Amino acid sequence: MYEPTTLTEPVSERDHGEGPADAPLTLVEYGDYQCPYCGAAYPVVKRLQKTLGKRLRFVFRNFPVTQSHPYALIAAEAAEAAALQDKFWEMHDLLYEQQARLEPDIIPSWAKRIGLDLEKFESDIKKGVVEKRIKEDRQSGIRSGVNGTPTFYINGTRYDGSPDYESLLEALEYELVPQSRR
Amino acid sequence: MTNKAKTAIITEPSRGTGPIRYNNKGDPMKALKSGLPAPDFSLSTTPDQKVSLSDFRGQPVVLVFYPADWSPVCSDQLALYNELKPEFSEFKAQVIGISVDGVWCHLAFSKDRKLQIPLLADFEPKGAVARKYGVYREKDGESERALFVIDGEGIIRWSYVSPVGINPGADGILKALESMTPGEKAENF
Repeated sequence: MYEPTTLTEPVSERDHGEGPADAPLTLVEYGDYQCPYCGAAYPVVKRLQKTLGKRLRFVFRNFPVTQSHPYALIAAEAAEAAALQDKFWEMHDLLYEQQARLEPDIIPSWAKRIGLDLEKFESDIKKGVVEKRIKEDRQSGIRSGVNGTPTFYINGTRYDGSPDYESLLEALEYELVPQSRR
Repeated sequence: MTNKAKTAIITEPSRGTGPIRYNNKGDPMKALKSGLPAPDFSLSTTPDQKVSLSDFRGQPVVLVFYPADWSPVCSDQLALYNELKPEFSEFKAQVIGISVDGVWCHLAFSKDRKLQIPLLADFEPKGAVARKYGVYREKDGESERALFVIDGEGIIRWSYVSPVGINPGADGILKALESMTPGEKAENF
């Protein structure tokens, strides 16, 4: 019997989330900052957040495909280092909005742009503080059956449909329908 | 509901020959199941190199049958397994890709995606190895998206056929590799 693949690591306080913790819908994305498909998914997620409002909690976890994307890891490190200064989403959003310009030399200017303490930012990355977290995300992703980037999970189950707005919205709204009515 | 996955594969209870899977066209396929010896083969990986399954006796092998090179995603199944080389290396497992594409196509694809996984050409006779493993799609002339984990003695320990449009990821493979100890069988699903 084909069984849908599920998250091995449930969403917790450890995660970077936008939206209420008790929202009826949780959308988890395992993403790579240099992946064009994740770049395309970025505005889709924003739109979904706008449409669903408080009904949706969006969570982002790292899955840098380093063999294909040479800057994916440093981008992930930048976002996680920003998280240590409570500015994860500012950096996450900036990385995707400026994806075409992503390269190592531009990152310090982006860190400054969002108001980070640059010394701490660079030190945290250098000391490998954020490396561990990214590895943990990668492991949980592998175990959860991440099969490319982006891989989405809706309420813990891997979403295998098309990553366009309409299809994702339909799948999310389906989760709001009570079991008895499906 | 646009979730294609829920209707893609139906299985019936085992009839002694193993669960029979139907693809979305309703054709029965009989992928070789665990416990059976993996058929040996010798296929070209580059214009002047051949690879045989028996070359890898003594270590686990992960056979990745896939329909075709050049699927339009940047982190497709092979790129994913390429990315996970460190995880597979922990088990000393050799990952091998097989499709009906010819060697020149494989070379170009491999170079483009920077793959370090050998890609084998199941080209002539077309799909012969896929047929031996029970994973050839006659109507499409391509192999299924199927995984086989084979132990160091050449016995299949786990096999899985994914709906052809869905990349199965690596979790099943890793679970199978972890569970492999002499005499134990990983679950077939």
